Amino acid sequence: MSSSAPSSEPPLGAGELEQRLEELVGAVLSSRRTAAGLARELAGQSRSLQDFVLRWAGVTAKSSPELAFQFAGLAVHAVGELGYAGAERWLLSAIDVYDREGLYRASAELKDLEAFVGRARESAWGAAFGEVAGVLETFIAGLSGRRLKLASAEAAWTDTATLYLPQRITLFPSRAENFRVYKVSAALLWAQTRFGSFALAPGDYPQAPRELALLNLLEALRLAARIEHTLPGLYRDLEALSLPALGAEFAAAQARLRAPGASAADSLAALRELPPSAEAPDWPFLGLLDPARALALREERVARDKQALRAALQRWSEERGDEGLAPLDGESLESGAAAPPEDVKRLVESLLQDLGELPEDCLVPAGPGDPRPAPAQRPAAAQQTDGGEDDGALRYDEWDHRRGHYRKDWCLLRERDVRPGDPGFVAAALERYRPQIRQLKRSFEALRGEDKLLRGEPYGDDIDLDALVRGRAELAAGGELGERLFVRRARRERDMVALFMVDMSGSTKGWVNDCEREALVLLCEALEVLGDRYAIYGFSGLTRKRCEVYRVKRFDETYDDTVRERIAGIQALDYTRMGAAIRHLSGILAQQPARTRLLLTLSDGKPDDFSDAYRGEYGIEDTRQALIEAKRAGIHPFCITIDREASGYLPHMYGAVNYTVVADVARLPTKLAELYRRLTA
Amino acid sequence: MGEEGDFRLEREPYYRPVHGELELFEAAWRNRVPVLLKGPTGCGKTRFVEHMAWRLGRPLVTVSCHDDLTASDLAGRYLVTAGETVWVDGPMTRAVRLGAILYLDEIVEARKDTTVVIHSLADERRALFLEKRGEVLHAPSEFMLAISYNPGYQSVLKELKQSTRQRFVAIDFDYPAAGIEAAIVARESGIDEATAQALVRLAHMTRNLKGNGLDEGASTRLLVHAGKLIAQGVAPRAACAAGVSLALSDEREMLAALNELVSAVF
Repeated sequence: MSSSAPSSEPPLGAGELEQRLEELVGAVLSSRRTAAGLARELAGQSRSLQDFVLRWAGVTAKSSPELAFQFAGLAVHAVGELGYAGAERWLLSAIDVYDREGLYRASAELKDLEAFVGRARESAWGAAFGEVAGVLETFIAGLSGRRLKLASAEAAWTDTATLYLPQRITLFPSRAENFRVYKVSAALLWAQTRFGSFALAPGDYPQAPRELALLNLLEALRLAARIEHTLPGLYRDLEALSLPALGAEFAAAQARLRAPGASAADSLAALRELPPSAEAPDWPFLGLLDPARALALREERVARDKQALRAALQRWSEERGDEGLAPLDGESLESGAAAPPEDVKRLVESLLQDLGELPEDCLVPAGPGDPRPAPAQRPAAAQQTDGGEDDGALRYDEWDHRRGHYRKDWCLLRERDVRPGDPGFVAAALERYRPQIRQLKRSFEALRGEDKLLRGEPYGDDIDLDALVRGRAELAAGGELGERLFVRRARRERDMVALFMVDMSGSTKGWVNDCEREALVLLCEALEVLGDRYAIYGFSGLTRKRCEVYRVKRFDETYDDTVRERIAGIQALDYTRMGAAIRHLSGILAQQPARTRLLLTLSDGKPDDFSDAYRGEYGIEDTRQALIEAKRAGIHPFCITIDREASGYLPHMYGAVNYTVVADVARLPTKLAELYRRLTA
Repeated sequence: MGEEGDFRLEREPYYRPVHGELELFEAAWRNRVPVLLKGPTGCGKTRFVEHMAWRLGRPLVTVSCHDDLTASDLAGRYLVTAGETVWVDGPMTRAVRLGAILYLDEIVEARKDTTVVIHSLADERRALFLEKRGEVLHAPSEFMLAISYNPGYQSVLKELKQSTRQRFVAIDFDYPAAGIEAAIVARESGIDEATAQALVRLAHMTRNLKGNGLDEGASTRLLVHAGKLIAQGVAPRAACAAGVSLALSDEREMLAALNELVSAVF
């Protein structure tokens, strides 16, 4: 950013400053709260500082004029403490808080400049959750057991599904040591979920904070002994951090918990024998034990796994035909001797981890009369149906051009299926465009990768007789027999995948939608001839929390009746929030093995969304940014837009990539396949 | 035939059977049925074939398939020498003539049209058609075709066609159970049992990451490599960084996580 560039212009006077500030944050000013004081303070500053404050107040005011007003009041002090770049980070972190948690928290964040300064200093050697989460998550996944998520919280604790770790650790003067605290905390929480810290009856856990802290400590001792032999390196790390050393009052407990086979029940018994004076030490990796929340989650998961296991066993026994095969029993499942399918294996492992053994009641396959577990039966699924915050929705960043940075995890995106439509639609389109399709197929055939015979090669499958005859003649004439005497079959492979991203926003209703669907039918017919791998997805959405991507044809699906019915079922739905869809689909495309990856977007007009600020410039910039990201990921984006006005924003939005405008919707069906042919020839 | 000697195995290649695959392979060989070995990379498929060739006293011809492998590369071709054209057998033809075991390693890597030339050898015809020579070669009863592939690649491009795979009996390979794998690693690399067990534990951890950032976990072969370094006096953590982590991934974050796993185990 150019904010710190020195300005040669003279400083602004108080009057002008007041006027400029009023323009920016006028909405939160009143007769009793004016910008005059601010202006006076700023008037004595350099022009570059004044410019900095005005510019960022303007940026902030677009989100919240109140926050902008507060910023302007603190900015001079902040720049003095942090410099321009640091002050910019301080403001942006407050705007991020505003996005997530609203004005109240944001303004607290802004005012707590001291804390931010402290953090900025610490960050030189401290370890932050965001920096270590990726490595730790993989580390924990490697350790075995159920897949666990990582998230940040005040203190380290786990609910058996997520390991919560502190936002930042700055206990030690080096990053490596602080990272070690993170690692040991995470590993200990993993061990709690893995080795039965939550296997006691709910009533057995103590309630008082002191006793819980002691139980947490005793569990740490037990788990440390448990990993001593299998993970000696980790054990050494843990020992090194267990300072100060425990007093004599823990000696008996320690001996008991080191015994092989010690369980959480032993920790509980040891807790009861501790003298009342015993206090848990302040070891840096010890977090909190929250049995109530862990048990609730565990119970829910066990119920869900049991039901899913019964259903999976039923499917499995149907597949096996279940004749002449031994009936299932817990032992063969636990030992893996029965070679069950993946889903059964996973569920058995998850149940074993929670319960230590397989309860009999889940080994009975759901009878043929039993209903399959309907979504409503699963407690966790109840909120999944609509609008819930999380429910497996994917989060994507969005580009905010006014701030010049991303809004983190701003959009929630879900993949959905297209409801099959009238099969008659495709048949009608095939009939209507029959001559065009025939012609398209012929032109696509010409594009197909075919074997080519290369002559006069130094090695190859067969002898090039012409070359040999020529060579003999030269030899007879006193020349040399050359080396290039073979023919070689070389294949020119079209190593290409394409993903088509189709606008399903409300504005396509009617004509445009019909033409889109017809275009897809023709395209598929032509691509089947060519043999390129391709996928088709639709996109639509309503606000940032409900971005949706509709599967029409995945890469691993063939162009069959199901796909044809889905093409027919493409509807005009809500709005066009393009950025998130481009990011999601680029991700899918990037996973396809191919030399060339093509992302074709088909849309009508501007990106747009209901009520929030996506409309207009913001959406154009976000879409543009998403396309640039795709390009950086090695994807070739190409945008096709149906726009009768050939509007002025197009060159900017699509300018970074290639695009074309189809002015006449009626020509889209034939044009789409033709465009693809030209693009890839 | 003097040539046969080149393909004979002189010493017994070490192989630790896991679930009756020796008997299965031998039965297939006696009944002239070709065999398909499937399993992840580095779990001992090639070693198994070597061991079987030794056990059955047959020469072994191995071809590592790659995507430029043509039918002529396998069957043979004419070469021009001093003005004459000379036919040179490819490895497949040679194996048929020798009554050897022909082992096509990672068959899915070969071009689709190449895979088809083995069809006539793989069914009851057991014949090889040398089109260019106008010759039909009938395989002697000792000849056997074995192919291998790794179903874990999960790529639409790298699938074995049904028409090919349904000519074979299949033997499934996986990494052996922890105890057996440790014994193999100890024996192959010359390290003690306890270190071998730690290496196997590490391998299991990396296999947990398959599909979560790693395409494949550490194979038995990688463990043997790391073990050999340790046996030579390299510190275990350094040996695993070189022999396991770096061999598995290039990605910075994944490498950091792998090395954390290494330092947890050692």
